[in-house]
Amino acid sequence: MSMSKVSLAVLAALSLSSVAFADDKNGLGHKVGLGQPITEADIKPWDITILPDGTNLPPGSGTAAVGAKLFTEKGCIACHGEGGTGGSNGAVITDIPLAGRGIEATKTIKNFWSNSTTVFDFIRRAMPWNAPRTLTDNEVYALTAFILEGNKLIPPGTVMDAKSLPQVKMPNKDGFIIKFPDRI
Amino acid sequence: MTKRNDITALDEVAGNGLLSRRLLLRGGVAMAGAASTLVATQGASAEPLKEPEWSRYQGTTVEPMGRRSKNEKDTTRILTNPKGEPRTQHARTPHHLLNGQITPNHLHFTILHNGIPDIDPEQHKLVIHGMVKQPIVLSMDRLMRYPMVTRQTFIECGGNSAALFSNEPVQANLQSLHGLVSNAEWTGVPLSAVLDEVGIDPKAKWMLVEGADTAAITRSVPLKKALDDAILVLYQNGERLMAEQGYPVRLLLPGWEGNMNIKYVRRIKIVDQPALSYYESRNYSPLLPDAKAYRFFFVNEVKSFITHPSFGMKLNEPGYYEISGIAYSGAGRIERVQVTADGGKTWADAAVQGPTMHKAFTRFTIPWRWDGQPAVLSSRAVDDGGNVQPLRDEFVRERGVTQKPVTNPFGFPNQHYNSLTSWGINAKGEISHVYV
Repeated sequence: MSMSKVSLAVLAALSLSSVAFADDKNGLGHKVGLGQPITEADIKPWDITILPDGTNLPPGSGTAAVGAKLFTEKGCIACHGEGGTGGSNGAVITDIPLAGRGIEATKTIKNFWSNSTTVFDFIRRAMPWNAPRTLTDNEVYALTAFILEGNKLIPPGTVMDAKSLPQVKMPNKDGFIIKFPDRI
Repeated sequence: MTKRNDITALDEVAGNGLLSRRLLLRGGVAMAGAASTLVATQGASAEPLKEPEWSRYQGTTVEPMGRRSKNEKDTTRILTNPKGEPRTQHARTPHHLLNGQITPNHLHFTILHNGIPDIDPEQHKLVIHGMVKQPIVLSMDRLMRYPMVTRQTFIECGGNSAALFSNEPVQANLQSLHGLVSNAEWTGVPLSAVLDEVGIDPKAKWMLVEGADTAAITRSVPLKKALDDAILVLYQNGERLMAEQGYPVRLLLPGWEGNMNIKYVRRIKIVDQPALSYYESRNYSPLLPDAKAYRFFFVNEVKSFITHPSFGMKLNEPGYYEISGIAYSGAGRIERVQVTADGGKTWADAAVQGPTMHKAFTRFTIPWRWDGQPAVLSSRAVDDGGNVQPLRDEFVRERGVTQKPVTNPFGFPNQHYNSLTSWGINAKGEISHVYV
């Protein structure tokens, strides 16, 4: 048998097995059932993701004035600079435009992010760098307000809470093209 | 028809000395005959043989963990943050020093956004909840009892090859340019087998996957993919996952953007909308020339590059060489790879190493006789869905280039580059990175 014929035979065998996997999803025809039941209430401490419509935003609130103090106290300035205007890991408050700077333009919260909820989610999830998930929800709301107000995305003094945060209008909301709509 | 013992008579199949890939398929006798004739005509007579020193004494003692030759100590990854400063760390695979299709575990690329967590598998838990009939939690002990599957697949960072968005070619080696992709054999539990038992609400369309790492990396993944070929991976090339690859369990989404293959998975929430979390709404939404941006750029599209010879190597004399490289597609199986030695004027089919696998590295090779004159080598892959790796001018027309030359090969001016990589060879045999 020539090498190409061997390859073809192996290919045929491989594609048969992958078809079996794709059609019968788990390839079993039965449920394994080793998962232990748990209640949503018991999952709550880990359930931190915020959806763009505000789903899962916690109770609490905060303002930019409080956030400005926290930004210094919690050490955010180490990476994001005084007042959040620049540092080793980038400015969180800045007015750089997106257009006219090419495909390597700096994507900022103001010029690029489509959803205000992402700000809350990411601060609570991953910041501060050396102690993520140690801020209280009020502190996260306050830091979120500080960043949004500094970027002139909310009027001065606006209280951020579960109701007001998802309503913040982000300038680049419609700036996106879904690359693979058929995969969703 | 080629004469068996005369390589100079082999069919030249494309310009600048590309030879028929069939040379490789004709079998050992013809090859050996041709090669020995070539070597005999190229070198002066060899020295008489002697017994080398290392053959005459007992060797060193075998250790529990195997060790590679000390002569290979420079086959390592390039690090961008070796002191673990408070920022992302990258380690790039040295493809120019490797061959075959599998990336060894200690050389697999990795990116960590807040270091490698030290997870105790006996305490690690995976919870699945949200729009389901019954939320569940799984210990690693329980997860290990599910039926497992094994497959090869590559993982590629969405930012791999980003330096090729530069308007001028960045002079850096293959590892620097394309080191954020690797290929391994992964073993684990099909995610569908686990999702099967929670009872997914038919209105759900997405899942949010989250790690137990310090940065709690999270991505939104369409349920369509989750139920297609996603795997909760436990083993990497036969051994338990490397700590830096997500030990004890990571999500594998074959062919999809590296960052979505969440490591240290601890939570999967079934939902009806994407979260637009940090990484999907910012880093991995690549900007287009008109300041719009792509969103949900899931698939790493068909791509290839030549690994041997490549930047930084030197061809010491004219004559016979094998051109070798890697091709892969996140949309399917590699069907064809073409190679040029004259900067794209003429192309020849390379031999494709079989059996080819879906969404996995495929090695390609083609014999080449370098005549000592300037040459430009490049490769172009096609997958079984008919997707063709775009030529550079086609790609640049759609995706653009930077306004100024990129100076840092490790920077990320944009994401998802899958166009050509070209190596320019001068008359001295030195190799640089060029655009065609």
